[in-house]
Order: sequence, then C-alpha cells, then structure tokens
Amino acid sequence: MNRHLLSVDDLSREDIERLLDRAASFAEVSGREIKKVPTLRGRTVINVFYESSTRTSSSFELAAKRLSADLVSIKAQGSAVDKGESLKDTVQTLSAYDPAAIVIRSPHAGAAALVARWSAASVINAGDGKHEHPTQALLDLYALRRRVGPLEGLKLWIVGDVMHSRVARSGILAFSRMGCEVTVCGPPTLIPRGIESLGCRVRYTLDDLAEADVVYALRMQSERMEGSFVPSLREYAARYQIDGRRLGAGQLLMHPGPVNRGVELAAEVIDSPQALIVEQVESGVVVRMAVLYELLAGGGGGSGAGERRAASPLGETTEPQPA
Amino acid sequence: MSAQGLLHPALERVETAEVGRAVLVRGARLVDPRSGLDREGDVLIRGGRIAELGESGALEAPDGAELVRGEGLTALPAFVDPHVHLRTPGREDEEDLDSGTRAASAGGYCAVIAMPNTEPVVDSAPVLGALRERARAEARIPTGFTAAITRGQAGQDLTEMAELADAGAFAFTDDGLPVRSAGVMRQALQYQKLAGRTLALHEEEPSLSRDGAMHEGAASAALGLAAIPSVSESSMVARDVLLARHEEGRIHVQHVSARESVEAIERGLADGVEVTAEASPHHLLLTEDHVRELDTHFKMNPPLRSEDDRQALIDGLRSGTLSCVATDHAPHSPEEKEQPFELAPMGVTGLETAFSALYTDLVEPGVLDLGLLVERMTSGGEPFGLEIPRIEPGAPANLCLVDLGAEWEVGEGGYESRSANCAFAGRRLRGRVRLTVAGGQVAYRERSFAVGAVR
Repeated sequence: MNRHLLSVDDLSREDIERLLDRAASFAEVSGREIKKVPTLRGRTVINVFYESSTRTSSSFELAAKRLSADLVSIKAQGSAVDKGESLKDTVQTLSAYDPAAIVIRSPHAGAAALVARWSAASVINAGDGKHEHPTQALLDLYALRRRVGPLEGLKLWIVGDVMHSRVARSGILAFSRMGCEVTVCGPPTLIPRGIESLGCRVRYTLDDLAEADVVYALRMQSERMEGSFVPSLREYAARYQIDGRRLGAGQLLMHPGPVNRGVELAAEVIDSPQALIVEQVESGVVVRMAVLYELLAGGGGGSGAGERRAASPLGETTEPQPA
Repeated sequence: MSAQGLLHPALERVETAEVGRAVLVRGARLVDPRSGLDREGDVLIRGGRIAELGESGALEAPDGAELVRGEGLTALPAFVDPHVHLRTPGREDEEDLDSGTRAASAGGYCAVIAMPNTEPVVDSAPVLGALRERARAEARIPTGFTAAITRGQAGQDLTEMAELADAGAFAFTDDGLPVRSAGVMRQALQYQKLAGRTLALHEEEPSLSRDGAMHEGAASAALGLAAIPSVSESSMVARDVLLARHEEGRIHVQHVSARESVEAIERGLADGVEVTAEASPHHLLLTEDHVRELDTHFKMNPPLRSEDDRQALIDGLRSGTLSCVATDHAPHSPEEKEQPFELAPMGVTGLETAFSALYTDLVEPGVLDLGLLVERMTSGGEPFGLEIPRIEPGAPANLCLVDLGAEWEVGEGGYESRSANCAFAGRRLRGRVRLTVAGGQVAYRERSFAVGAVR
C-alpha cells in the first residue's frame, strides 16, 4: 500500500481486503472494557479540519486515541487559517511537530495531495472538496461486508446528488473495485457529464430500482436549491425519495449521514432493519484505526517521520485474525 | 520612420545604440515559408532592414558589423504574439515590460500585443499613453497595447474607443472576461465603423461557466470539480460571428479551445464574415487528462479540453481557420499558484516555450510541417494591421536563429519571465532559440551562444 491514503484509486482489491480484515480485528478491541492498544504510542497524529464535521473528525480522533497516538485536532475556526494563513504555511508549521500522520478535510479537491507533497507525514484524505472521501467508502464496504459477506456481484444503486458528492465518487470506485455493479441515479442536473468513465451506469429514474441489492442514498443539501439544480425539494422527494414503497423487502439501505428525514429518505426506511446507517457509523472508528495502522505500522511502509514498527496491533495477540 | 515602427508606428520599445547596427548571419539555413525560401546562406542586416541574402560565405561584413556564425542553425522570420499579459501596470511583481519582452525575445518573438486587464484597466487614453511611454523605457522588443471594449471591463459602457484608437490602441478587448451582453457587443461592432481596430474576443457565457475550474468531461466528473462546458465558449463564438456578420464588423476570436468553436468560425468564414482566430500552444498540445493530478500549471481559461477538441484545433490551424498561434502568456506568482486547484488563478506562461513545444510535439512527429508552424507563429499581428515578418531583401529585420537539434529542459536554467507558472515546466523540448533580431536590433542572445564583432 501507498504511504498515503488520498484516493480509493490508490488501493488495490488486496489492499482493501487487508484494511477490512484489519478493521475486523480491531472490532474485537472495541468490544473490550479498555478499548486501547499501544500500537502508535509516542507517535503524533494531527487532524486538520477546514470544514465542519462530526462523524469523520470524532471517529478519527477516537481511532488515533485507541491506538495510543498523541493527537492534535485543528479546526479552521479560531486557528491561523482564520487569520489568512495559506494551506502550505499551515502544513509546514504543523510539520515542525514531526507528525506521523496528518488527517485532512478540506473544501477543495486535491488539498490532501498537496499536503502530501509539502509534508513528510503520511496523509489521509478525510474529504477533499467534492472529489473523494476514501475512508467513508472503506467503512461502507466494511459495514456491508459484515452484513452480507462477500460483495462480489452485488448490484448497488447510488441515488441522489452525485455531482456534489465526494462520498459517491469514492463509493463508485470502491464498490466497483470489489466486484459490485454500480448504478448512479438522480436528476440529470445533478449527474455530472462523464461520470460513466468511473465505471458506473447512469439512470435518471428509479423505475429499475428493484434490481438493486443495495440502495445507497446520498444527502440532498438544501443549498442546491439556490443553483436551480432541482426545482424544489418537494419535487425531488416525489421522484427520488427512498421510502417503504420503493425499498423492497430484500433490499438493503445505506446513507452516509446526516440524514434529511423526509427528503432523500422517509422515516419508515431509516429505522427499518434493512438500514445499515447505524452500522456505518459504528464502522467508522475501526476502519479508521485500520487505516492508521496500515499506513503507520503495517507492512505498507511508513512515513519516515518518526518511523517505528509496531510490535503488535492488538497488544497481547501477535497478529490480528481476519473476521 | 523610427526602427521600432518598421512593423507598425504604434509599437513601442527602448531605442538603443544597437538599432541600425549591421549584423551578418553566416551560413544558416534560411527559411521563409511565404516565399518558399529554404536554403543555406548569409543574411545581412543593415539600417534595421534585411539588406541582402547571399550564398553561404558570399556576403562581406561591413565595418563594425556583428558577425553571427549561423552554421547548423535555422533562421526563421521572428514570431508575433497577439495575446500576452505583461501585468503592467499593477502586478509588476509577476511581470513587467522588461521581463515580459525579454521572455518574448527568448522565445523568438519580435513583437507582442499586451492585454488591457491590468490594474488599472487600460480603458482611457491617459492610461494607454503612460503605458506606451513606459514601454519606450522598458520594452526590449516592439510592444503594442490594446484597450478595453467596456469601461473597467465591466461589460456595460463602451470605452472612448475613437480617442483610444487615436492614442495608439492596437485593438479592443475585454480579455479575461466576455462581453456578456449581446447588446453591448453589437454597439461595439457598430462603433467600430468610427473607431476602427479589430475587436479581440474572449468567448465565454458566464451562466454556463459558473464557477468552473476545468473542462467539463470525464476528468472533471472524476475529480468532482465544477466544470466549464465547451458550449460556454462555442455559443458565444456563434453569437459574435452572427453579430459581426450583421454589423459587417471585424472580430478576432481569442484562445479557441473547442471543436464547436472552430466549426462556428468556419461557418462565419464561409458566410464572408471578417473573422480571424488564434490557438494557444497549451490547447494545441495538452488535454483535460493533464488536470487529473490537479497541478495548477494546467489551470487556465479556457480550460484544457478533450483530445477530440485538440485534434480539431490542429486541423483548424492547418486549414487556416485558426489563423495564428497566441500564447496567452499569463504570469502568476508562486503564492497564487501554490494553492488547491479551485483557488488558484487561471493562466500559464508560454512565451519562452511556444515554438519549442509546438516544434517538438507537432513538427517533429510530422503532424505539421515547419513552414506551416512558422506561418501561424508569424501572422499573429495581421488581424491588427501589423506587417508580417519576412526574410527577404528590403523587409524590416525581424528574425530568429533556432538550433532545431538542441534539446533542453524547460525551467532548468530558470525563466526570463518573472513568473514560473509554465505549463511545460520540466518537459524536455527540442529547438532552442539562440538569437532574436526584433525591429532591426539584436534583442536576445542565448547565454551559451557566442557572437563576435568584426574588427
């Protein structure tokens, strides 16, 4: 594996399998009373979030802490960024602390790749603009695999605002790499021209939704109304909302959160046993632990900054066993 | 007529003692596609003009002449760039008239035409007059200046075009921005009957471009970047070709990037519209796929488009629908370019690499022949009334000496430009300009290229 995680495209199917297996082994740790292993003791992880985030930032923080890393979390508000410091200067300043990893969330595509160029640390992309969100895709794979087993051959429909969704882009790449057949569906104004080149089919109606094994609904942001991408949320919901009528009994439902109840999802499906939404959130910590472990201590090579091999990821056991 | 006026009286540059000094280039391959010239020989420059062509070794150097050993080199008519940003006044940290024209001369150019989107905008005769005066003190090669079509380039009210024309404006352009309103565009074309001068047009429909940062296609879909569709450009080209036809006006379409734009110009030409157009080296050689790594050296407006668009531009250049090459040389500071792609400004430098990049990627592989490339690189001033540089007795001395076999890495020895945001940075190119004569005087000598005066 690469020493950074910038894009799902950087990961082979074997890399993904190894990360998911590693996450499964960490699930065992999360079940213990003391949920901590010494793997990254003495090493520093810096979270830099230029956009507000609840799930991603808190699960990265928990992941780093459970691996015993020293953790610094920086939010744009109240930091030097607020005072006009450039991304490059911020990264160079933070690099002076010799971090083993920098986790970055930015409103701009390619920001994580720039950080990787300017810093000796391993860089993890926690969302760059509308480009990618690779750890979200990994936790989606993890949650789905835990529910259904092997993913090969599954039909996945990603429904909603594909244009503005980094979750969709990383998802298309990740699910198709694992052998799923991916279809994206949404209003034509929110399906970017050329998206098929990522390896998915395009549909503008839910007419054939019944073929899907898994329905992945995207968050519909109300600010999209301003750009006239859809005439109204009412019309959007009428055409694209996943509700109890449209979601078949044998179909599973996923959503990256936070959900707009009554817009992209109806209440009855959110709380149904078919929904994996809570499992997706739960998977966030162990998957991000696995990513930190593989990049900083695993066989995939380290950063050179504070390089040290960890003795064992789980403390007492020697090798994590695949779930 | 002073020497800098050899191509056009409104061109400005520094007059030095070297103007008028005789130069003898000996034993070079002399190429001028317009007269079919392609043979080895000597060129004698005297009094700012090409005095004589002769067989190799046949011409005698007059007293005090500079003798240039041309063996192994190719003498071409020097190039004219109708579209450069010299960032003066206002952003002299990025480029000034000295550095910008030095970059041009290093690329084999004998004249450039600067865009008016400076700070302040060149939209009044006093600003234009001050700029011309500054060029007489700083510009190394003859430099022409354009003025805005609309005040402050705001797209609403016409500038005092007649007065600006009298003050030496080469053309009118709101380059960097489109003239959004069809009504204002029509008025500018009507007023052209009084003011004269070609309207040079940056074609883009803002409601289609929105906040786009690259071409709309497979690469933008993968990157999740807001994108600029080709039709943003082509719809405006079509509009302005029709308006020019209606008003019997004269337009020049800047930096054409899309196949449909070439087609719209072709239709205009077929209808008898006076329309010329330019293509840039980056649009002729690079595509949207170069943007995939989000390197801001590939961010410009119009954006790099698809391979199909690129092929259409090459065909357009070959047929003459695209009548010239223009660099759209757009210097930016490193702080501005070292940002995430969406935040970085649009534009790349190109004066020092234009010929070498096109020669390496189009002439050497046999896509275009050298003569055609030279024709398109020398005709950039034609839409604005500049004489085309020629290598023939009596013509103003505008030529460059190129070592077509020399290989070099772009940026290895820095740039003559103040800015380094070159789309070809790090590329190995063939064809190196060794010497440029502009308006009768040696404007550039490559450092390694030794020249000696006749005692």
